[in-house]
Amino acid sequence: MSLDQATVARIAVLARIKLPEAEREKMAKELSGILDWVEMLKDLDTSKVEAMTSTVEMVLPQRADKVTDGGYPAAVLTNATEPVRISQTDDSSGGFFTVPKVVE
Amino acid sequence: MATLTDLTIAGLRDGLRARKFSAVEVADAYIGAMAKNRHLNAFIVETPDLAREQAKVADARLAKGEGRDLEGVPLGIKDLFCTKGVQTTAGSNILKGFVPPYESTVTANLFAAGATMLGKLNLDEFAMGSANITSAFGHVKNPWTRKDGKDLVPGGSSGGSAAAVAARIVAGATGTDTGGSIRQPASFVGIAGLKPTYGRCSRWGIVAFASSLDQAGPMARDVRDTAILLKAMAGHDPKDSTSVPRPVPDYEKALTGDVKGLRFGIPKEYRVDGMPAEIEKLWQQGIEWLKAAGAIPVEISLPHTKYALPTYYIIAPAEASSNLARYDGVRYGLRVPGNSLDEMYENTRAQGFGAEVRRRILIGTYVLSAGYYDAYYLKAQKVRTLIFNDFREAWKQCDVVLTPTAPSAAFAIGDKQDDPIAMYLNDVFTVPVNLAGLPGLSVPAGLSADGLPLGLQLIGKPFDEETLLRVGGVVETAANFTARPGV
Amino acid sequence: MILEGKTGKWEIVIGLEVHAQVVSNAKLFSGSSAAFGAEPNTQVSFVDAAFPGMLPVINGFCVEQAIKTGLGIEATVNEVSIFDRKNYFYADLPQGYQISQYTRPIVSDGRLVLDLPGGKTKTVGITRLHMEQDAGKSIHDQHPAKSYIDLNRSGVCLMEIVSEPELRSPEEAGAYLKKLRAILRYLGTCDGNMEEGSMRCDANVSVRKVGDTAFGTRCEIKNVNSIRYVMQAIEYEAGRQVQLIEDGGKVDQETRLWDVAKGITRPMRSKEHAHDYRYFPDPDLLPLVLDPKDIARIKASMPELPDAKKARFVDQYKLTPYDASVLVAEQEQAAFFEEVAKGRKDPKLAANWVIVELFGALNKLGKDVTDSPVSAKNLAGLLDLIENDTISGRIAKDVFAIMVETGKDAAGIVEEKGLKQVTDTGAIDAAIAKVMAENEAKVAEYRAGKVTLFGWFVGQVMKATGGKANPAKVNEILKAKLAG
Repeated sequence: MSLDQATVARIAVLARIKLPEAEREKMAKELSGILDWVEMLKDLDTSKVEAMTSTVEMVLPQRADKVTDGGYPAAVLTNATEPVRISQTDDSSGGFFTVPKVVE
Repeated sequence: MATLTDLTIAGLRDGLRARKFSAVEVADAYIGAMAKNRHLNAFIVETPDLAREQAKVADARLAKGEGRDLEGVPLGIKDLFCTKGVQTTAGSNILKGFVPPYESTVTANLFAAGATMLGKLNLDEFAMGSANITSAFGHVKNPWTRKDGKDLVPGGSSGGSAAAVAARIVAGATGTDTGGSIRQPASFVGIAGLKPTYGRCSRWGIVAFASSLDQAGPMARDVRDTAILLKAMAGHDPKDSTSVPRPVPDYEKALTGDVKGLRFGIPKEYRVDGMPAEIEKLWQQGIEWLKAAGAIPVEISLPHTKYALPTYYIIAPAEASSNLARYDGVRYGLRVPGNSLDEMYENTRAQGFGAEVRRRILIGTYVLSAGYYDAYYLKAQKVRTLIFNDFREAWKQCDVVLTPTAPSAAFAIGDKQDDPIAMYLNDVFTVPVNLAGLPGLSVPAGLSADGLPLGLQLIGKPFDEETLLRVGGVVETAANFTARPGV
Repeated sequence: MILEGKTGKWEIVIGLEVHAQVVSNAKLFSGSSAAFGAEPNTQVSFVDAAFPGMLPVINGFCVEQAIKTGLGIEATVNEVSIFDRKNYFYADLPQGYQISQYTRPIVSDGRLVLDLPGGKTKTVGITRLHMEQDAGKSIHDQHPAKSYIDLNRSGVCLMEIVSEPELRSPEEAGAYLKKLRAILRYLGTCDGNMEEGSMRCDANVSVRKVGDTAFGTRCEIKNVNSIRYVMQAIEYEAGRQVQLIEDGGKVDQETRLWDVAKGITRPMRSKEHAHDYRYFPDPDLLPLVLDPKDIARIKASMPELPDAKKARFVDQYKLTPYDASVLVAEQEQAAFFEEVAKGRKDPKLAANWVIVELFGALNKLGKDVTDSPVSAKNLAGLLDLIENDTISGRIAKDVFAIMVETGKDAAGIVEEKGLKQVTDTGAIDAAIAKVMAENEAKVAEYRAGKVTLFGWFVGQVMKATGGKANPAKVNEILKAKLAG
């Protein structure tokens, strides 16, 4: 399965990784190489095989409906680029993450 | 006090309890060793002050006779584990400067057992690699050297952990293993490394690579030390939905040395084309050792072994492409400005991720994309079922499986770098274990013609780490691996 | 509803996707509070903000709420369902994916009965109900170059409820939303508050020529926040599509927004990248496996739902289907009615008073039954006075007006104001005699054959008795006297 450059460009957009045009050919080649290699799975008949969901044999654990987390906006915002805090001194005060303006 | 760093964890524990030396003395000895071995580039962050601080607390407890299982034992922590207040990067530029306001469950468990932390260990970026050459913080060097003098890789992704344990700059280390990232580097540096059963150690607070495969485990100088560390690391965690609620046994007690009557499987499909004779020979040697100890070899078949690697290289990148979507420059880590939100994302992720990570994200994005999901991802999950069933069948015939850990000894930095698939083949013997969610242990077993360590791998039944350690102990004793790197 | 176009008759095809926020204390996969209206990012855990290494653990109560809702729409509750990741990048989606259910939802194949004008009903299929995480909120008007992100909503449990494309008019869409909201409120699984965004609706709208069986290309109108707007948006959008096609154009499959101010739909400017959500099972979670015993337990605890209640009201109280459907639209209204109607000979009288007088008065006050100034007990007391002939229906309306104003009980007001009905024939005889004596000319006209004057005489007699005379008695005696 060989990938063309347009496909690579489309995937890069989906993955939000800037891929300059000059790098597309090299990337297309590398990815095609990997895809060619995994083609060998096609040799196996899996029509009657269930896809794996998990190797652990247990049911999904459920928690109680209790508020046990949150309430620490300062810690949540502390690693962010350019956050906006409502109060600089009160750790319990709210604030925002910021991103380049989005137009809806 | 140079000899303190030559003690195993068991030795340190006994000496500390007997007050033959203090935890601060131990910490200082390791801090000295750490400083002397910076050329290995094993650490991303060193935390000597924290180690001393913790050691003082440990000494206070030891003085009161309240020493816990790992009281005062200095460890290195793979920089994939979030550590509260200490930078955690996953070896990536995209997390440079990220200081977690929380502690991963596994490291919290270790600290609760009294362990101290020397620092955060280098690794392949986001644990993607088999040579520790993809870290944004530079290559890690294997403390072992080859006759031709070339710098060798320590294996990966837990390369910093492996190098640090082998060079005795930590008493033990944490690793994580998604496709062999504990066992292959352990084999490359001549130490023991255990990947537990999926669900045995909590994944909470460990930077995720491929969630259905990732599992934390211990790396240490010998099998006993891995048993001691595993006991402290393992346990049910309600914060991880895939953590299994089972009691944690005293793994050290499993090391009885008695394997009489135990059946060990030799999978014929692991005799892969082009396997070096010395690997083949080591494997045969392992069979002889176990036979001599009274265990019974059984030829078994794991018919879908050759499909494991391609299956892995679909599933792991697919999960990674989604797991790594959160690194978007908004809430933490690197942000590279852009004129729009999408431009900011694209710039941040292009600059923040290295080549191998970008490649795997793109592959993973592709195999999940519309029109290809069934052919790749779904197909791979079906093949995974076949691989899982192979082992299930095998357990009807044997209690443990013996294989080589890796198809070669450590190679030179730069080798295989331009050929992703050649690099991926390093994991040919370890990957099936992750796909089936089983425990695997690598034990140092011999030296290559070049004088480099080689490991044997033992694969166990789900949650039967005890048998694995017991058999590993027997192999270790028989191999009597005493060689040391020339550091 | 049929649209008349230049080229013929058009039919509207509508499918609705409702996002209903589950009533719960904590979020779906984290222990943060799900409450509304807190300061930005104060109800956010490291899980909600997608910090490295954070993992989801499901809230069992949210699962129970989804099961309850599934049973409420007469759907199949699936014993095994799967959580998938829906992958896309957006500023208020911290994980870069939303945990949702794609191939195997918790609930499938339900139905909803719409109550339409004239007491008619229509059954609409519900394709599925699945559980998913809400996203955070982007705020665009705080800074010229930046959008602000608040993750308080991030991770709150939503139920996405998807109808079959079986709705054919804005009215049916409105009836669907009203009915669904009523059921959610009866069950207590969603508060149905569209203004606060706890119930949101996306409408898929297409048009086709009457008689065509294939669907036209649809547009999705996103996040409309009231039932009225949904109806308006559908009406506008259908008209737009008909005009577009008739003018030789083609409908593009796209996402549009309802512009409240202009009353139009317009294409969304962002999210223009081709969507490819790359769904796959979330490896951090295991399949959700339900115990049939739990489903049975939840089923046994279900309240009586609107349709059953409506049928019972028609049967037990002999109400018209329309009146019954009005009363059951809200659980509190139905309960209020039942308290008023309890043990009454004429429950229809109670229905009339609740629907016409009470709802009318509440509407003017902007209140609902839960804060009604007239309690059910007091309204029942008023009806007792009508039924035992203490006051007439007309006087009762005056008394009711005072009750609305003062909250007092009816008997007290009647006593205080001396409004008791006059049934004493002597007093009525006297009043009639007086009226006839003062209007001899009219009496003559009546007797000459102008019988339409009878009503005028009744009015005069009632006036003379201050409205307190028993109207039936007045009729009877007046007829006899006028006849001479």
